[in-house]
Parts: sequence; C-alpha cells; structure tokens
Amino acid sequence: MTPRRQRMLLIGLALAGMAVAVTFMVRAFNENLLYFFSPSQVAAGEAPSRVFRLGGLVVEHSFTQEPGSLTVHFVLTDLAHEMPVTYTGVLPDLFREGQGIVARGALDKSGTFVAEEVVAKHDEKYMPPEVADALKKAQGTVAK
Amino acid sequence: MIPELGQFALILALCLALVQAGLPLAGAALGKREWMALARPAAAGQFVFVAIAFGVLEYAFLNDDFSVLFVAQHSNSALPIFYKFTAAWGGHEGSMLFWITMLAIWTVAVVAGSRSQPQEFASRVLGVLGIVSAGIIAFALFTSNPFTRLAPTPFDGADLNPLLQDPGMIIHPPTLYVGYVGMAVPFAFAVAALLTGKLDKNWAKWTRPWTVMAWVWLTAGITLGSWWSYYELGWGGWWAWDPVENSSFMPWLMATALLHSLAVTERRGIFKSWTVLLALSGFALSLLGTFLTRSPVLVSVHAFAADPARGMFILGLLGLYAGGALLLYALRASKLEAEGGFKDVSRESFLLANNILLVIAAFAVLLGTLYPVFVDALASKKVSVGAPVFDLFFLLPMLPLAVLIGLGMHSTWKITAFGPLARRLAWPAAISLAAGIAIPFALYDKTSLLTSVSSAVGFWVCVTALLDPVSRFVRRHAAPLTRAQLGMCFAHLGVGVFILGVTFVSAFTVEKDVALRAGDRVEIGGYEVHLRDVRPITGPNYTAQEGVFELSRHGKLVTEVESQQRHYTVQQTDMTEAAIDTRIGRDVFIALSKDLGAGAWAVRLQVKPGIRFLWLGSLLMALGGVIAVTDRRYRQPVRAASAAAATSKPTAAGTG
Repeated sequence: MTPRRQRMLLIGLALAGMAVAVTFMVRAFNENLLYFFSPSQVAAGEAPSRVFRLGGLVVEHSFTQEPGSLTVHFVLTDLAHEMPVTYTGVLPDLFREGQGIVARGALDKSGTFVAEEVVAKHDEKYMPPEVADALKKAQGTVAK
Repeated sequence: MIPELGQFALILALCLALVQAGLPLAGAALGKREWMALARPAAAGQFVFVAIAFGVLEYAFLNDDFSVLFVAQHSNSALPIFYKFTAAWGGHEGSMLFWITMLAIWTVAVVAGSRSQPQEFASRVLGVLGIVSAGIIAFALFTSNPFTRLAPTPFDGADLNPLLQDPGMIIHPPTLYVGYVGMAVPFAFAVAALLTGKLDKNWAKWTRPWTVMAWVWLTAGITLGSWWSYYELGWGGWWAWDPVENSSFMPWLMATALLHSLAVTERRGIFKSWTVLLALSGFALSLLGTFLTRSPVLVSVHAFAADPARGMFILGLLGLYAGGALLLYALRASKLEAEGGFKDVSRESFLLANNILLVIAAFAVLLGTLYPVFVDALASKKVSVGAPVFDLFFLLPMLPLAVLIGLGMHSTWKITAFGPLARRLAWPAAISLAAGIAIPFALYDKTSLLTSVSSAVGFWVCVTALLDPVSRFVRRHAAPLTRAQLGMCFAHLGVGVFILGVTFVSAFTVEKDVALRAGDRVEIGGYEVHLRDVRPITGPNYTAQEGVFELSRHGKLVTEVESQQRHYTVQQTDMTEAAIDTRIGRDVFIALSKDLGAGAWAVRLQVKPGIRFLWLGSLLMALGGVIAVTDRRYRQPVRAASAAAATSKPTAAGTG
C-alpha cells in the first residue's frame, strides 16, 4: 500500500468508527433521555406514562413520615398546580419543606407520583434550574 | 487597606502579564532580542504580584475580615482555621484567583525549564502564557473580584458550605486546578510551534514532560474528587457523570490522547498536526471545564443570563483562545510535515487507534454533557442524559482501547511482525481469559457476560503491563527498563487495576436502605450490621446525632464504626458523615440519615467490593507518569538529544 492509500484507509476507518459511535449514541440517547415536567404540565396531561423527572417546591407542612418506615409523602408545587409524591428510601441531606427538588419516577394509577430517586442540589441556596424555570412559567399563567 | 493592596497587586500582575504577552511575541516576530529578553523577568514579576494578591486574600480569611464580600460569603468566625485557609478557593471569585496563582507557578516553572530552548521559541511560549494569564486576570478583576468590599461590614460571615468543610477539600480542588491550568503549557508550546512554523522531535521532547505533569495532576485531582464525593456526599457512589465531573474528565481524555500522540511525534517525527490539534483542544476543554465547574453556565442557563457580563467575558475568552489558536492552526498546520511513514501493524498504528478511541470517548462525553443545553436552547425542553447513556458510550470505545493497550505495548515502531507478537502474547491472552471467567465466579459465585469480558480485559492489561518488568527482573542479564518504559508499565498496570475495580464494584455491590431502631440488626452482603446506639454530639459549628454501629461477619465482630447526621448551625444545613470500614477487597459503607420518628433512623448500607482497586489503579496511573517524567532524556540538554535517541534504540518494549 502506498502511504497515501494507507492514510486514506485509516481516515476511512476512523470515520466508520465515528459513525458507529454516533449511531449507537443516538439510539441509547432516545431510550435513556429523561424529560422534565412541572406539576402544571402533569396536570395538563402532558406527562408520559414512562419514567420522567418532576420538579417543584416542597409544599410547607405537606411532608408526612410513616413512623418508623422509610416511606414518606409530600406535595410538590410550581405555585400554580400541586402534585402528590410518594417515596421510599433515604432522602438527601438537603431535603426539606420549601426547598426546590427534582424527583425521578412515574405516575401511578391514582395520579400520585411514585419517586425512585429524590435529588436536592448540593448548594442549599441553589434552586434546580428546571424548577426555577417551571416556577417562572407557572407564575406567568397565573397572572394571565 | 490590606485588601486594596491585594487588588493593587492583581492590577500590577495584569500589567506585567500584558508585557509578558505583547513584547516577547512582537520581538520574536520582528527579531528584536531585547524585547524577547523581557519575557522571563515579566513572568517572574507577574508571579510575585499574583502571589501577593493570593497572600492578601488568605490574610483576609485568616483574620476574619468580613468587610471583604467574598470572605463574608464564605467564612465565619467559628470556622476551624484549617477551613478558613481552604475557603479561599471555596467560591467562584477565590477559585479564579487560585487559577491565576497556579498559572503563575506553571509559568515560572516553564521559565526555569526553558534555558536549553532557543530564545525565539521560549519567548513565544511565555508570550502565549502571558496572553492566557492576562485574560483570566482581567476576567477576575472586571467580573469576579475577590477583593470587593462590603459595607456595612457584617458582624459575622455566612460560613463555608458544610460540604467543603472536609480534609478532602484541602487537596482535591487545588490538585485538579494544577492539572487544568497545566494544560495551558502544552497549549502554549503548540501555539509557539505554529507561530515558528517548525515542529520537530525536539519540540515533542520539550512538550512531553509538561504534558505528563499536567496529566499526572489531573489524574490525581479526578481521583481525589471521586474519593471525596464517595465519602462526603453520603451516597456511596464514586462517579455520577455529573456535568462538573465530566468537565474535568474531558480534558483528561484529551491529555491522555496527547501523551500518546506526543510519544509518536518525539520518536518518529510524525502525527505532528494531530498532536498540535490535541494540545489546542485539551486546553480549550480545560478552560471550558474550569468555567463549568465554577460558574453556572451549564447547570443553569438562566443564572448565566442573570450575570451577562461574566458569561460574555467567558465566551469571549474561550472564543479568543480556542478560535485564535484554531485559526492559526488552519493557516500553519500544512507546514508541519511528517518525517517518515509506518506500516499497518506497528506501534504507530496502535497509538493512532488509541488516539481515535480516546477522542471518540471525549466527544461522546462532551455531547452528553452539552446536549441538555442544546435541547433547552433549540426546543426549550428540559431534558437530562441518564448515566446509562454515558456508561454505554464510554464503554464502547474503552473496551477495545484496553485490548489494544496490550498489543501496542509489545509492538515495535515502524513495522511489527505479526507472528512473534502473537506468540509472545498468546499465554497472557489465555491466562487473562481464564482469570476473567474464573475469578468473579470463584469470589462471588456468579458472573455475567459483561463482567467476564471486562474482568478478562482488566487482567489482560495487568498481565501485559507486567510482562516486561517481570521477565527482565527474572532474567538478570537483560538490560533494565528505562524510567520512561517503567513509567508506562506502571501507568498501564494502573489502567488494568482500575478496570478490575470498576468491574467488581459495578457487578457485585450490594445496597440497602433500611429503617433501624437502636438495638436492631440487619444482614447485608454476608455481614451483620447492629445499630447499638444513637447519641447526641456537639461539634465546633454543628450539632449531630451519632449512630454507633457494630459490623460482624459469621458471628465475629469485625469493627465498630460511627456515622453522624450533622446539623450545621450557621447555614442551617444537614449533612451526613458516613462511616466506612475499608479493607483492600471491599468497603462497607454505613450512613446514618434522617430521624424517621418512632425511634427509628434511616440508614443507608452498602457493601462495595473492589472500590479501592479503582482508586489504587488511578493512583498507579499518576505514579507511572511521575516515574516517566524523571527519565534521563528529559534531563539532558537538547543538543545531546538526537545522539541519545540514536543510541537507545527501542527494544521490544520501546518507550511509552
């Protein structure tokens, strides 16, 4: 092989490798993307039946603990609509009422959001950006 | 008065950085020796004033000077003195000053190491470093000034984020930053080579040790970060593909590719433009990473808009440095001619494959990290990319890469005869395959296809890395390995150990979240955990509930550990201090979490086999880099270089 053909072959192989990587990426992306919805969007019926992320503020005095068990109930709000959430497991350190959080999970038949994971951001002053955005949008609709 | 001195010193440093940037570059272009001669003193002066500025900030922290806004936001009079010191890089403004300080230190080191380089080249390198430094100092002064005053002066500070009140925090961010900033050095060397229009083996020889050192710091920094988040965040994970983690990992992948590409350029005088491109993109990703870590660009597009000045400045700098360097590359890269060719089966082609796979991996991580930003901007939908995506796309290029490591290490430059290579590696391949299938099964009574494949690959990398050092040790008469070769073997052994660690911890971790009352016992992964007592504790700036746990196995007490649920009084924040019992083969992770009422506590329990191997492997990689950089040929003056290269012809092991 001439050096030139050799180089072309290597470039061809590299491009083929890239193409394979990108194809796989796109496929797995679509299967593993988690979309974010606010309580208002869920109330409007936009949420999917599969797993998604729900974010909002934990409503004051909505938090209840089943005594002695890991199951908790609370309500998330974007200040326009509210959404009941159930979670069984260890809550993050920064979880508390009034705090903006994001939960990953799915809706059950009764319309309660069953969370598999609850995330509060590391910095306690920090509002998850999705939640901040959802709050802003919801305030806009209320004002209208 | 003192904080103003810091600000004044920073302004003087900016002036000197501008001198360091402007005159030597102009002098090199116009052939004026006196202008070029200014590079070294300007760099030294810049270092002095940057050091004064950083010293002043530390002084303000140690003396509780809450009239300085940054100190008031990140410290408190009750904060232990240790953490007052480290709080200086616990926020955006301070960490930018820290970045500048690190760059000044690297620059002074480059000055010290530049004696043997031609004046024209050295001045260009220092000039480019001056441009980088001037940009960041200007960024700090105009948008993120750590010396801004606060009036009226508050009675006390807002305290440091409790997560950062940890010994890991003293070493992790500085280490990572040294690595990040260190990538500016190969960048400056690459730009200088493009400006000069000449890139030879000597250039690669000068650039390589700097790249290795920056890579070593990055490796160590990422490892420490992983370890810190493991025990401090109280969730028991070691990597989450979080944007901040990714932004440190992408430069690492690029730096790793650059190391290997530089090896080819140094040895064979080829891959030149590719090496330069890697050096440029490595620093561009570092810069991107620095800002992603410390500013809310990526995490929140909205906070970005909230401080438009800061955001625009960052974008401007990125555009200026990356865009300018790429433009120069487009104009000059064609001048960089290859000095030879190579065959399909040769060390060069294996290293090329290594580079392509590493760049694909970096590209995948970049795409996954920035994808949510694109979707938000274009479709205004909020989306996140889950860890499984990253796992898959990282694994796809990395498994073949790991297989190629073994082949590449034992192949020769220019052309490798396939027969001898296959004969030499047949036994290692057979042993690794057998170990990969047998060992997980023997230890845990189960395995899966992925577990067997990746542990076989892990053993393969370990065995092939050890082949040369061990066989030379056994046959005493054989020539000893050079430091560079030994370093390569260590680093690759580290890769193997790391793969084994990741495989075992991913496949055999047992996790349980439970509700426990004092006196309760629970079984996990062959261990029995007994919550003996929960008692109140008072710390310097927090109160806590401490759980005392007894860990036993087969009825015999292994250890007794304490985990705390802390409440930091100033910031009104809760924090879990996990208890971790470490043995070489496994960790038992116990974290006392919230009070569940009715006397019960939420407890997170995990048994994680192999997790220490993962960090041990990473440290071995870094150690390999340290060994390689002490190789004799980097300590010899340049003129002797070509002769030395000719006499130490690569053996089967060659040089990494």
